[in-house]
Amino acid sequence: MKKRTFLAATLAATLATSAFADGHEPTKVGFIYVGPIGDGGWTYEHHQGLLAVEAEFGDKVETMYQENVPEGADAERAMTQMALQGADIIFTTSFGYMDPTINVAQKFPDVKFEHATGYKRADNVSTYSARFYEGRAVQGHIAGKMTKSNKIGYIASFPIPEVIRGINSAYIHAKKANPDVEMSVIWVYTWFDPAKEADAAKALIENGVDVVMQHTDSTAPQAAAAEAGGVVTFGQASDMSEYAPFPRVSSIIDNWAPYYIDRVRAVMDGTWESMDTWDGIAPGMVEIGEITDAVPADVKAEALALRDALSDGSYHAFTGPLNKQDGSPWLAEGETADDGTLAGMDFYVEGITGEIPN
Amino acid sequence: MIRLEQRAAPSRVWAYLTPLVAVLATMVAGGALFAALGTDPVAAIRTIFWDPVFGEFAFYYRGQLLVKAGPLILIAVGLALGFKAGIWNIGAEGQYIIGAICGAAVGLAFYPMEARWLIFPLMVVAGALGGFLWAMIPGVLRTKFNTNEILVSLLLVYVAEQILAWMALGPLRNPEGAGFPGSRNLRQYESAANNELIAGSGMHWGVVAAFVAVIFAYILLSKHLTGFHIRLTGESPRAARFAGVNPTRLVLFCLGVSGALAGLAGLFEVAGPSGQISIDFNVGYGFTAIIVAFLGRLHPVGILLAGLLMALTYIGGEAAQATLGLPAAAIQAFQGMLLFFLLGFDVLTNFRVRFGRRAMV
Repeated sequence: MKKRTFLAATLAATLATSAFADGHEPTKVGFIYVGPIGDGGWTYEHHQGLLAVEAEFGDKVETMYQENVPEGADAERAMTQMALQGADIIFTTSFGYMDPTINVAQKFPDVKFEHATGYKRADNVSTYSARFYEGRAVQGHIAGKMTKSNKIGYIASFPIPEVIRGINSAYIHAKKANPDVEMSVIWVYTWFDPAKEADAAKALIENGVDVVMQHTDSTAPQAAAAEAGGVVTFGQASDMSEYAPFPRVSSIIDNWAPYYIDRVRAVMDGTWESMDTWDGIAPGMVEIGEITDAVPADVKAEALALRDALSDGSYHAFTGPLNKQDGSPWLAEGETADDGTLAGMDFYVEGITGEIPN
Repeated sequence: MIRLEQRAAPSRVWAYLTPLVAVLATMVAGGALFAALGTDPVAAIRTIFWDPVFGEFAFYYRGQLLVKAGPLILIAVGLALGFKAGIWNIGAEGQYIIGAICGAAVGLAFYPMEARWLIFPLMVVAGALGGFLWAMIPGVLRTKFNTNEILVSLLLVYVAEQILAWMALGPLRNPEGAGFPGSRNLRQYESAANNELIAGSGMHWGVVAAFVAVIFAYILLSKHLTGFHIRLTGESPRAARFAGVNPTRLVLFCLGVSGALAGLAGLFEVAGPSGQISIDFNVGYGFTAIIVAFLGRLHPVGILLAGLLMALTYIGGEAAQATLGLPAAAIQAFQGMLLFFLLGFDVLTNFRVRFGRRAMV
């Protein structure tokens, strides 16, 4: 029991020094990344957010990050390490960091935590995510118009609501643009694995797919499409403009910078509160990357109009009538999906073939 | 001219010395690498090797060393038994996964009943049994059909990973998890949790099991007939046959024990530090343990030290990333150097370096 008290005291002392450091000390900001900062996708964009925080606050902040952190016990250590080193706020940027974030946050009540794409919060844990499905709607529209074989492929990572939402949104809008469209989904069970992503892209292309969408973070599918020729792709998480104007005809860009700057400022001002943020195109968290000239002008105009409608709120990406895959009604004519259903989405909409792995 | 001359017998001195020389060479070469990346090499080496044990936050890191070293040692001790006898279980990662799944499944089956005296021991048995049975597949295939256990055990890792994904998404998924993959958190279930025995110490049942395994393996190898058979088979398979060693039994024993220990490591990890079955629950302990086994000269005590050293490079490496901004790839290269130099300097155990011309015979 003595030992426990000693450890608790040491921990508390460390916390105290970090929490009550005087105003001249820079605010320490930590980032935990699931991939390498050079992945060209998800982690790359979070790292751009870190750089934006540095640019905004200069020497008033001190940043640190750790890349390639596995989701699980190692993540807990990485966060603890940053908290011990006096981090004031730590951004944990992958879904799998959810439980570790909550666990570490309990031990460091004075450190603020921000967990991306999760659903567990605490007094010192906020969650944040982007409405990527809005961007998927725009992509889906372009995909439906661009496909000649009427076959669209989708490289999916893990069957979690975020990914399923994207598939549904892309499918709904592809179907609207082109009623003959079919979509095949391949699950690769990874966020970042260029070899697996390339294999999935090749398999789809061999099956006659001529538009490949991806919910994985590397540019390998883009390279596979470029090699096959005549296959359209979209940048994911990051612009991936090195593959523009073709095969990459547009992209979804995650722009975390404004959010990160806001939250770091809130810590500096002492106004930070635990909250749940889910922003879309309107506040700029989701951006549609440049639509290249490979897309016909009328399609481009429609896509931009769709983007603007999503942005000003006149259109919701999930608007009825929509049925679930089994044919049961989900949304009536004109009805839009509520955030609760979207947050826990575990079903396909009608028309998608195949099953969500279970 | 430099040439190598085979020693009549492997040098005992060098057998003990090479790991130390390899560590020193890694520090020098790694330091050069870090310097080339623009980081102060002395600070980097200190962050990796010194700070976790003696630095400001050592009270936390020391416990983490045990958490990280525990599964490595537990798995490596089992592997070393087989490696000594020339039986190559490369699939400990798969046995680790299956052990974790079996153990977690037993625990979750009882949820939310509270009966720690019953549930936790059952989970331990299930974990060991799961790993054991998974290792029996290459074992039986080798003894019945003479297949290569290296390939079979390795490929079964990928099968195990698929089963893991299926379990996390299907049968073991947390029904209250809003559709997200991953099981309930066993750490929040009193009867199944493998929490630290003393808070902040890092000491959990898996670490205890690792220490016990080291002691048992030491006794087995030095005092027991089976241990003698293992060593004899490794050194001279023909002599072993004359001495009445039953190769079938030995293969099954070595694979079974290493599988059971890997399964135990998986169970202790899933019920403790990791907490839940998730799609990417495994982080490569089963493969790293192979390095640990060789770094420790296939000797139980050596493995204990090698496991701690390996854990140190992981934890110190992470610290160096966060505090010095070293890229993750540099740390991995650094760990790779360790094995590279170990194998390189190993030459000195069996060969003598001679300078000058070979004498004419």
